[in-house]
Amino acid sequence: MNRRRFLKRGVMALGATAVGSAHAPSPASDDPSKVLGGPKRPYGDRSRFERAVRGLPQPPTKTDEWGPSVTPLGASMGIITPSALHFEVHRGGVADIDPKKHRLLIHGMVERPVILTVDEIKRLPSVSRIYFLECAGNTLSEWTAPTAPTVDWTHGMTSCSEWTGVPLSLLLREVGVRKGATWIIAEGADGTGNERSLPLAKAMNDILVAYGQNGEAIRPENGYPLRLIVPGWEGNVSVKWLRRLTATDRPYMTRIESVDHTGLMPDGKARRFMFVMEAKSVITFPSGGQQMAGPGSYEITGLAWSGHGRIRRVEVSTDAGKTWRDATLQQPVLPFAHTRFGLPWRWNGREAIVQSRCTDETGYVQPTLKELVKVRGVNSKFHLNAIQSWKVDADGSVTNVHV
Amino acid sequence: MALGASLAAWSTVMRAQSAPDDPSKVLGQPKRPLGTRSRFETAARKALRGKTDEHGANMTPLGDLVGTITPSELHFTVFRGGVPEIDPRTHRLLIHGRVERPVLLSMDDIKRLPSISRIYFLECSGNGQSEWRGPREPTVQGTHGLTSSSEWTGVPLSLLLREVGLRKGAAWIIAEGADATGNERSIPVTKAMDDILVAYGQNGEALRPENGYPLRLIVPGWEGNVSVKWLRRLTVVDRPYMTRMESVEHALLMPDGTVRGFSVVMEAKSVITFPSGGQRLTGPGFYEITGLAWSGRGQIRRVDVSTDAGATWRRATLQEPALPKAHVRFRLPWRWDGSEAVLQSQCVDETGGVQPTLREIVKLRGVNSVHHLNAIQSWKVAADGTVSNVHVV
Amino acid sequence: MSRRLPLAATIVALVACAWPVAAQLPTYGVGRAPTAEEIKAWDLTIPPDGAGLPPGRGTAVDGKPVFVQRCASCHGETGEDEKYFRLVGGRGTLATDKPIKTVGSYWPYATTLWSYIRRTQPFDEPGSLTSDQVYGVTAYLLHLNGIIGESEVLDAASLPKIRMPNRDGFIPDARPDVGKTKR
Repeated sequence: MNRRRFLKRGVMALGATAVGSAHAPSPASDDPSKVLGGPKRPYGDRSRFERAVRGLPQPPTKTDEWGPSVTPLGASMGIITPSALHFEVHRGGVADIDPKKHRLLIHGMVERPVILTVDEIKRLPSVSRIYFLECAGNTLSEWTAPTAPTVDWTHGMTSCSEWTGVPLSLLLREVGVRKGATWIIAEGADGTGNERSLPLAKAMNDILVAYGQNGEAIRPENGYPLRLIVPGWEGNVSVKWLRRLTATDRPYMTRIESVDHTGLMPDGKARRFMFVMEAKSVITFPSGGQQMAGPGSYEITGLAWSGHGRIRRVEVSTDAGKTWRDATLQQPVLPFAHTRFGLPWRWNGREAIVQSRCTDETGYVQPTLKELVKVRGVNSKFHLNAIQSWKVDADGSVTNVHV
Repeated sequence: MALGASLAAWSTVMRAQSAPDDPSKVLGQPKRPLGTRSRFETAARKALRGKTDEHGANMTPLGDLVGTITPSELHFTVFRGGVPEIDPRTHRLLIHGRVERPVLLSMDDIKRLPSISRIYFLECSGNGQSEWRGPREPTVQGTHGLTSSSEWTGVPLSLLLREVGLRKGAAWIIAEGADATGNERSIPVTKAMDDILVAYGQNGEALRPENGYPLRLIVPGWEGNVSVKWLRRLTVVDRPYMTRMESVEHALLMPDGTVRGFSVVMEAKSVITFPSGGQRLTGPGFYEITGLAWSGRGQIRRVDVSTDAGATWRRATLQEPALPKAHVRFRLPWRWDGSEAVLQSQCVDETGGVQPTLREIVKLRGVNSVHHLNAIQSWKVAADGTVSNVHVV
Repeated sequence: MSRRLPLAATIVALVACAWPVAAQLPTYGVGRAPTAEEIKAWDLTIPPDGAGLPPGRGTAVDGKPVFVQRCASCHGETGEDEKYFRLVGGRGTLATDKPIKTVGSYWPYATTLWSYIRRTQPFDEPGSLTSDQVYGVTAYLLHLNGIIGESEVLDAASLPKIRMPNRDGFIPDARPDVGKTKR
């Protein structure tokens, strides 16, 4: 296997033209009412005029089978993320799995170890829930300076879908978890396994063994055919391509949890098992890289979410945090899901710095970056949930700023 | 690795017949900017027998779906002049007629306005029309596939109408699309000022071409036809214009020959999607009976399921939150003993409206009214596990 | 009139249908018992006490040629070069402005290293090293990081005993640490 290709350096222009250049489509008709339109199709597609795609790192990360692709939040609306645009992170490429061959093994400190097929799992009592996923590393570029130019890159490692699957608690009750078991080790079928140790209490609470994403099968990048969904916790523990669950009496200190997903503090100690994604919000319009069409009426809009449950409130400022107004929340506000907020804004054409700040049902208020850094320093990498600022210039251009 | 190479890697995989025996021993596929479903997933829309490919219905494979959101690629469609290809940069919405300030809006203008997002079902009033006289379509896709449910984003029509200013005498809105047929429909102003959306978003991104790109009406709870696709014009008038769609197509022919017009609300309806026609149970044992329920009058209050052709009923669990005018997923655990069974679901909505039997509807409306068939559906599970569409006495 | 069978009667009914009830999910009658081979093929995660470490052995001397041949194209020959995925060095930097996290400076458990190499490496041929090779490569990395000597033998008994320099460097999650409401 030639490994050179994994280590290519240098800037490669990503460019949507690589996709679109295969052929030049004929222009749309000036008056479609005078033209017979296209036929029925068994499987639809979006309009060719819609170009939003996931962002891939540029320059590319050291290999193409390692790292994230981000959701284009700047083009988002509502709370459902189109499945083709759901963010993902992997470290050994996207596994290619035949659902007929895939198996889930549940064993360890249980009375009845079991192997299940995907079809068997689909026969079991199921639930559907709208939940967000967020990578703990979302926004990690922004600790010391405004770095990523767009909201896709500052915040795009989060998405929200309707997940369908079996409660893990049901499976664990069926196999009979033995006294003394306090953890579940989850592992995937891809090249890396991504083993994570999860407290049994969370497993018996609301974790899903999921097979459905927005009404159909989970997408390959998002874990086809089976994954965990751990509501409100860092995305990494929602193990994709799930193949094994082991009941144990101790965490296994896998690489991901004992090395990677730890937060280095200024004193050299590192926090471990930082599961919950704390309350966070961001304005998706107007946001970095976008262009306002001149002074006038706009709707400031964005998303808020919390791994502790429901968003209670979102406030928006257009003067860098001096004054705040309550935004409207899209109903119903769902726990552990994205919440869309909106605020009408009359832009007078002068420089403005817009921010959003959310409060969740526990009363926790989204902090400023200064507040976070004061406690955690700048090397903890993960869980950056600070208030985001976007500067609208008099010419209508929008940039990422720190205030 | 350039984008092109990434896509090439995926395209090779998508064409491959088999996946690796042990994916943990193999480096997987690279990142790509736009995802697709696994090649092992093949659920597809199915067209009703139509004279041409540009006319008619394309049905959602309800029996293959889970949850309550319909994947946009599989949302049902009905059109009568093909799917227009519209450039959103040149598309315009004209609002005129009995208004103070007629206006022409671009897509950018519309997207700047205050917006809302809601999960709503759409249903063609002709859904199930093959089934009046007997069980015809073999699958739930055929019997019920002209309904889907999505998160729609757009501007309340009420906001637009307040902005243009309704003049005295304004009582109806004529909505028209930009496609070859126009699909003009007359809508009462009261409904327009209530909850109609001028929508551009479907499940978090732009509407799909088959579903009205770049702009459409979403008229919650009403027959799908009224949710005019490829919306280009709203005319405020003082009376309905009796367009072809509303005065001829979407009118109910009663047994005595009279015609009932403007029966627009989609009434309470439910159907079991598993086990359903064409599927097969792999032997006696545990199954979860599941399906969808919806009502154009608001929330579904309850769904009951029978496994003995309606002799006895059990309450099914509703997936929370059960949203008004949206698909609601219901579920019931069932232990199949291997003998023949006839499965049915019946729903009740928040107004107390109860889903009727076919017999009850036919008694009231005869068999020629075509539209608004919301009767209880029966699926027979044979001893060999095969499931078929049946009508029961 | 519909009757709800009590759970016990249901299970009796299932048994009467002559399924191997003990092997399946008892309420739902799906699934089967895994074979010992199936479990062994997948039960690859090694906890800090070393449970599950297979027979085998290796030293840094054994591991070096394997590392050079199978690992260096992604990690560099010394494991310390920043151009590659770095594995060596950085000790004493964690409390500085530019902390460097490597196996030697940061990883708390050597068993984690062994487990991760065996399951996932090399990157493009995951899980293709033999147990001896994994012991050897692990030993080589520990040696490069100054934790063991060149000829020290790593095996199922000695590996869990290795005390990594940063073993005590971790504390529990202390959040919420900001963001307490004033309202």
